[in-house]
Amino acid sequence: MKLIKTTAIAIATAATASAALAGPVMDKIISQGHVQCGVSQGLPGFSNPDANGDWSGIDVDLCRGVAAAILGDADAVKYSPLSAKERFTALQSGEIDVLSRNTTWTATRDTALGLNFAGVMFYDGQGFMVRKDLGVDSALELDGASVCTNQGTTTELNMADFFRANGMSYEPVVFEKADEVVAAYDAGRCDVYTTDTSGLAAQRTKLADPGAHKVLPEVISKEPLGPVVAHGDDQLLDAVKWTIYAMLEAEEMGLTSKNIKNKAAVDTNPAVQRFVGNEGSLGEGLGLSADWAYNIVSQVGNYAELYEKNITPIELPRGVNSLWTQGGLMYAMPLR
Amino acid sequence: MSQAPHKMAQMPSKPPFWRDPDKRAMLFQALALGFVLYLGYSLVSNTMANLERQNIQTGFNFLSVSTGFSIAESIIFYDEDSSYLDAFFVGLGNTIYVSIIGIVLATVIGFLMGVARLSNNFLLSRLAAVYVDTLRNLPLLLQIFFWYFAVLRPLPKPRNAVEFGESVFLSNRGLVGPKPIWEDGAALIGWALVAAILAAIGIGRWAKQRQAATGQTFPIWRTALALVVLLPLAAAVITGFPVSLEVPELKGFNFRGGMTLTPEFAALVLALSTYTAAFIAEIVRSGIMAINKGQTEAAYALGLQPGITMRLVIIPQALRVIIPPLTSQYLNLTKNSSLAAAIAYPDLVAVFAGTALNQTGQAVEIMSMTLAVYLFLSLAISAFMNWYNARMALVER
Ligand SMILES: N[C@@H](CCC(=O)N[C@@H](CS)C(=O)NCC(=O)O)C(=O)O
Repeated sequence: MKLIKTTAIAIATAATASAALAGPVMDKIISQGHVQCGVSQGLPGFSNPDANGDWSGIDVDLCRGVAAAILGDADAVKYSPLSAKERFTALQSGEIDVLSRNTTWTATRDTALGLNFAGVMFYDGQGFMVRKDLGVDSALELDGASVCTNQGTTTELNMADFFRANGMSYEPVVFEKADEVVAAYDAGRCDVYTTDTSGLAAQRTKLADPGAHKVLPEVISKEPLGPVVAHGDDQLLDAVKWTIYAMLEAEEMGLTSKNIKNKAAVDTNPAVQRFVGNEGSLGEGLGLSADWAYNIVSQVGNYAELYEKNITPIELPRGVNSLWTQGGLMYAMPLR
Repeated sequence: MSQAPHKMAQMPSKPPFWRDPDKRAMLFQALALGFVLYLGYSLVSNTMANLERQNIQTGFNFLSVSTGFSIAESIIFYDEDSSYLDAFFVGLGNTIYVSIIGIVLATVIGFLMGVARLSNNFLLSRLAAVYVDTLRNLPLLLQIFFWYFAVLRPLPKPRNAVEFGESVFLSNRGLVGPKPIWEDGAALIGWALVAAILAAIGIGRWAKQRQAATGQTFPIWRTALALVVLLPLAAAVITGFPVSLEVPELKGFNFRGGMTLTPEFAALVLALSTYTAAFIAEIVRSGIMAINKGQTEAAYALGLQPGITMRLVIIPQALRVIIPPLTSQYLNLTKNSSLAAAIAYPDLVAVFAGTALNQTGQAVEIMSMTLAVYLFLSLAISAFMNWYNARMALVER
């Protein structure tokens, strides 16, 4: 009897649930009190655990930003380390709420996999690393080389395209986990290690003698890396998307984690007042509190701060990841 | 009321069907089956509905699409233009290949270790015991990594490869050797080999019968060996050696041409076979110990030597105890071969459930195909071992 009753109630609620309610994942985040965020298994600069198991990196800061926006607390994040191979299934099955794991935005992933990319945190491209003593100066000299890389990545496909387009043969040596790729390359199993150039810069620090290797000049693909959510929760998609824009907009307006408190109080610029939530109703449209953007910047920081803290240490210049006002590709949609 | 006992008395052998334990059991079985079918149905329809809701692509159309990725080693032809179905067969072929070699090696090592453990030689039996206890108790994945990097690290670069006779090279890219290229007429050599094997089997049967009838022995093994070597050789001479060798050559980064034994394959086979052999050794030991000591004593009393006693008296009886648990070790080895992805050996899980899954995103289809393969392989191994077990079973005369 009880079973029938609960089933009836469930059906009734499902039938009457309207679009005005928060999305299912958003609801789940609020009721569980944290964002379950899928990250890498350790990639310096992007998502990397320290000896105490505390995570840092620009992808981790995106998770923290989302938690600050939705829950008002950047620390309300739990991390699921995932290999490239596991990541999409984890998101599709609802094991994680947001995937923020140096993931390239591609058409297939955005459509056929049932996922939505919320934006771009880092514009990247695929590169090649070789031992200096190999005497190679260009990727076009790699005919016949053994190439180490990661399973389940865009890297695997791009490298096939690249070698075929240039009429070169190669031996793919494809590992499930990034650490094994590095170990095998370091042991000499491969002549070349290929992945996103950011990944090369980060993984290089794990090699026995980082100075003995060099990155070749060719960049063979576009790898826009950004956070992903599953189809079916537009509100969460909006929240993640606007978290990125808020970080960029804050940089453009000169709002930092240090000065935002003061500016919120004294700055009379209406754009700043709108941003911090003292004016307008941006938060309402997102289904978030009025101070969502203020929380992101005060607790996590603006994009320039994140870049400086996370990416600068792995020695990657800002380049195309500069704001559009400085000749880069980073451009926030207007917050109004 | 008064009629009931009357009826009962009339048909004592036919109670109503709900009282008949057999029929009742059938009913429950049918109900259980119906429930399981319903569960399966709701699982499938639920999955379909959920996939639809999330807009995830479904169906098996992807199988005919070309993959665009290349695979390091394959026993069938494959390149980037091949389809996902081809990639599936490449993975399947590699899984079967590594499993068969692993099973053969594990069986040989396992039997040797199992017998060694029972040896009267203290050192030998202790060594076998240490082998078994160590390998059984270390996680297999760890052993795979150990072998992979133990094989890989000390080997030189291809440019400094260790050379054997100017045609075989050992480097951290693997062991490369010449590959036979068969030309016209080579088929005759193959047929000669088949004929030689059939003849050897025939002679073996005949010799056995003769020995049973007359007690005369016949040098079966020497004859068989001579047949298997000489007949194909004769065929080769007649056809004028229609085979050339493709000798590998160092060009650029790697050796081109020839046949390669990759470090990934070698490490995986080593790890799987030595690990499984530790379990097989214990199975063999318990199988032998299960045979009454009187059997050995009786054989010795008849004047049989220890080797012959083991081979002709003990092992055939022990096999009946050994085969059932041995089957499950074979199944384990086959399933454990799916750890290959960790060291870049392109088995079914790495290629199909790994790379192909990520490129297409069709997890449900790909995982069901992969699971079906392992189920099929397991059933095939079980069926074969059951057949063998039935052959080995005690023939009651
Ligand atoms: N951006 C590419 C590649 C991403 C990728 O998996 N990169 C590797 C190599 S840099 C990685 O993140 N490794 C770290 C890890 O697996 O923990 C994609 O989305 O497919």
